[in-house]
Amino acid sequence: MNNRLEIKLWLAHRLTGMALGLFVVIHLITMIIVIQGGLSAAEIMERTSSNILVALFYGLFVVAAAMHGSIGLRTVAQEVLNWKGPSLDLVLFIFFALLCVLGVIAIIGLVL
Amino acid sequence: MNKNRDKKEYWASFIQRWSGVVLALFLPVHFWVLSLALQGGDVLDGFLHWTDIPIVKFAEAGLVGLLAVHLLGGVRILVIEFFRWAEWQSHLVVVAGGGAFACGLLFLLRAF
Amino acid sequence: MSSQQEKITVSIWRGKEEGDLESFEVPLVDNQTILDLLTSIQRDVDPSLSYRFACRVGMCGSCAMRVNGKPRWTCRTLVSKVVSNGELRLEPLANLPVVKDLVVDMAPFFDKWQAGKGRFEAKDSAVMEFAPIKPDNKKRQLADAAIECINCGVCYSACDVVESNPAFLGPAALNRAWSLMNDERDGSSIERLKAVRGEGGCQSCHTNSQCVARCPLQLNPTRSIAGLKKQVAIAMLKGEL
Repeated sequence: MNNRLEIKLWLAHRLTGMALGLFVVIHLITMIIVIQGGLSAAEIMERTSSNILVALFYGLFVVAAAMHGSIGLRTVAQEVLNWKGPSLDLVLFIFFALLCVLGVIAIIGLVL
Repeated sequence: MNKNRDKKEYWASFIQRWSGVVLALFLPVHFWVLSLALQGGDVLDGFLHWTDIPIVKFAEAGLVGLLAVHLLGGVRILVIEFFRWAEWQSHLVVVAGGGAFACGLLFLLRAF
Repeated sequence: MSSQQEKITVSIWRGKEEGDLESFEVPLVDNQTILDLLTSIQRDVDPSLSYRFACRVGMCGSCAMRVNGKPRWTCRTLVSKVVSNGELRLEPLANLPVVKDLVVDMAPFFDKWQAGKGRFEAKDSAVMEFAPIKPDNKKRQLADAAIECINCGVCYSACDVVESNPAFLGPAALNRAWSLMNDERDGSSIERLKAVRGEGGCQSCHTNSQCVARCPLQLNPTRSIAGLKKQVAIAMLKGEL
């Protein structure tokens, strides 16, 4: 089972990467458009309030980004810090969960 | 000790890795700031006023640049790994670098 | 030879993992290869210097070592081309145990070659007819592009991932696995894909391409490994692995 973990993580990393490629293009274009004239809470929330599309899109975005980032950080930790094994996997799982929770809370705050 | 650094692909990987690390560590902060919306629009606004300071706009443009370079660098990796090898793919490094710079610049121009 | 010949300082690694660079002042000789230089130092200056070579004409890869930090074949490198500021530094190949001075233990390199199933295994059925493989056969062309590797270890020494991930099979082993994946006579494709997708498998390659930069035969392990990644991904999604 262990033998398959590395390749599964690699595949998940690439697949989330593909999804994020699409999401980030949308996100960047949106941000570059709306940034003009500065940012304000009212402006942001006017666009996001009760917007189910925003909730769905950013919900998927958050989970994909959390997976992609955690798996990426795992490789960096292994190769740069020489940190391997269950302790690293646990810490990164916690990071993944943290990102998901924080992201969903942010979406709730903006949409509801 | 001088090592081999004689290919642009090495720097492409280097930038891909470290832009990813910065973005991954930035994400929780980003989500937390947005979640301030839960505490009311004025609390979020209080934080967003920081974004009027020029140096913050530069930092934001920097982050946009990092996101763009990581995205374009990621597209390069996906092309190499999932398409048949072709010589034109070696130009994707330059596309990634140039495209990301353009993105950051565009954001900066609109942010002011 | 002119007595006013320009001198250069050659720093050579002495010892094992623990050791030091020892300096030798030698004349800069035109058309001298680094292998020639090492031989002259060993014969005329210090007989205790250890280094490897065999064919001395760029066919066997035995003389591979680091020259000013970059792995090369010493028999095919002119001193005059690589000396800089009158200095030259010679060290054993990186990422392999040092036996003595410039000699490394190649066993881990070959162990990984085997671990990546870099050996041909015929299909089970008895051969009744010759397998007709035409020159324009796409798979054969892919195999041919990767087949010339003589396992000299230069790519292994150059690879950053080999350095940072002890389990990584390395460019040479994976390049050979790829050439065999394209050999239609071979019967162990699935086993080979399993061998190159474990810990340290093809997915660990970050396309840094130092292997491509240094290979004396201009092979492209990055390209081969990219091919393996695709084959592994497809096999996984099909449930074959």
